[in-house]
Amino acid sequence: MAGQRKNVWRDLLFWFIVIVIAIYTLFPFYWAVASSFTPASALFTTPVHYFPENPTASAYITIFNNPDFRRALLNSAIVAITTVVISLVIGAFGAYALGRLRFRGRSIVLYTILSMTMFPAIAILGSLFTMVRALGIYNTPYALILTYMTFTLPFTIWVLSNFFKSLPLDLEQAAYVDGATPFQTFYMILLPLTAPGLVTTGLLAFIGAWNEFLYALTFTIDARTRTVPVAIALFSGEQEFEIPWADIMAAAVVVTIPLVILVLVFQQRLVEGLTAGAVKG
Amino acid sequence: MATQAVPARPTKRALSEQARREERLAYLFLIPSLLVVIGVAFYPLFNTIYVTFFDARLGSSRAWEYVGLENYTRLLASAQWWEAVWNTIRFTVASVFFELVLGMCIALVVNSKFPGRGLMRTAMLVPWAIPTAISSQMWKWMYHDVFGVLNDFFTRIVPILPAKIAWIANADTAIWALVAVDVWKTTPFMALLLLAGLQLIPGDIYEAASVDGANGWRQFWTITLPNLRSAIVVALIFRTLDALRVFDLVWIMTSGAFNTETMATMNQRNLIQFQQLGYGSTISVAIFVVIALFVVLYITTIFKDEEV
Repeated sequence: MAGQRKNVWRDLLFWFIVIVIAIYTLFPFYWAVASSFTPASALFTTPVHYFPENPTASAYITIFNNPDFRRALLNSAIVAITTVVISLVIGAFGAYALGRLRFRGRSIVLYTILSMTMFPAIAILGSLFTMVRALGIYNTPYALILTYMTFTLPFTIWVLSNFFKSLPLDLEQAAYVDGATPFQTFYMILLPLTAPGLVTTGLLAFIGAWNEFLYALTFTIDARTRTVPVAIALFSGEQEFEIPWADIMAAAVVVTIPLVILVLVFQQRLVEGLTAGAVKG
Repeated sequence: MATQAVPARPTKRALSEQARREERLAYLFLIPSLLVVIGVAFYPLFNTIYVTFFDARLGSSRAWEYVGLENYTRLLASAQWWEAVWNTIRFTVASVFFELVLGMCIALVVNSKFPGRGLMRTAMLVPWAIPTAISSQMWKWMYHDVFGVLNDFFTRIVPILPAKIAWIANADTAIWALVAVDVWKTTPFMALLLLAGLQLIPGDIYEAASVDGANGWRQFWTITLPNLRSAIVVALIFRTLDALRVFDLVWIMTSGAFNTETMATMNQRNLIQFQQLGYGSTISVAIFVVIALFVVLYITTIFKDEEV
């Protein structure tokens, strides 16, 4: 009897903790969504309403009618997708060499790449700035795609080479016996087998590029080339009382939705990739 | 492992021919990666160090003037720099500490089986996945001094505060407000790393401990924590290096005002806003040194533990 009562209390405590964690994690999103649907007149009143009264979608209409915001969404998509494709293509070759082939200098290259995954982006900001200017790509998407390679490529190579390493050892030998060239072995046999790895690293690289702020802020100057994080950060350029919080929250929700969908669909892969990148390191 | 690979192969002509072919292929496949890495990381890094010895400006045609170590002496004598270092370290130590403790609690909860566990794990990934720039804006609105939900909640619903606080426009609270956002955003990442470690601990150790009469608290200290050691170390290093270069959060929420200027925001300001390429690059190098010191600190403490 007493034991059972203790269990009930334990269960209650457990569920209380679960609910507290859930609220802590999700409340800021709830608040962004709620504020985005609140009419501006109600947003700037006290006391605060915890559920929007007379909800309106006018903030969403405003931001989608804003050509700068639409442009920023497009820019972000172009930059992130191009960055991912280039890193995966270049990175797959490099990762295959590091994960499967024997050659002199392999460990030096591997550790150099690994150390670069922890490279502070800020440390080369000035040099990249001069480089971007010299190449004539300042304030273009190319500047972002090029500089994003500093963090997406080492990461891609590192995680993908672990995927290659995990494949059975005798795959190449079997292919060679069948008369395949090393290159054919790579792209016809091993590359398809790492498809899950490509998806995981591609996703993580996409999130990294989609979320990047420092380079995007530094290497673009106007609304035509800005990406979404910078556009949303600069929404608040005006004076304090003029900040259009409902619009900012609507924009935040719009940008968050694709990421929430990615997380829902690829949850397992993302966790695998994150822990592989970290724990195996 | 790399050096012994080639000679260790059988010496038959066909095989060594194959080994040579393999090596050529490896170098060929590595060329694009190495070109990119050298072009956008190594060259800029060496260039950064080189520029620190010059009085160089961005966007100016004036020739660079060699100044020796002047940028370094100026930085070391700058009260602003040491303040930024102190702010960054305060921020880092506080956020990494709370992330570890909270992340551990969440990992332990999510590790036990309960309905809705999968949903919980998904919910945990969301704060991590959204751009810091956006979560900063979301929190900035929650922190609003008049219309913010946090002020309303803590003065009206659960009245702990005597009056509303300008959380991020007040030198006493601003940096802790930033810590709270960072903790919210990155605790899930910490929890997931720890969870991966927890799932590797075999369940029968706990069963044996229960049979021996060890309670949950004791099991945590004698089984869970020692087994999680490497996961904790990795998570700590990752998060520390990340927190030391905090930029987005500070730039958006306070622009470095109210005692929140960090090393990275000071660096970007000097480089881009003030166009001081030489001095700004010196700050970059100094950040590198501070981060390296932390890495050395971690590694030496870990190795010292290992020997005991």
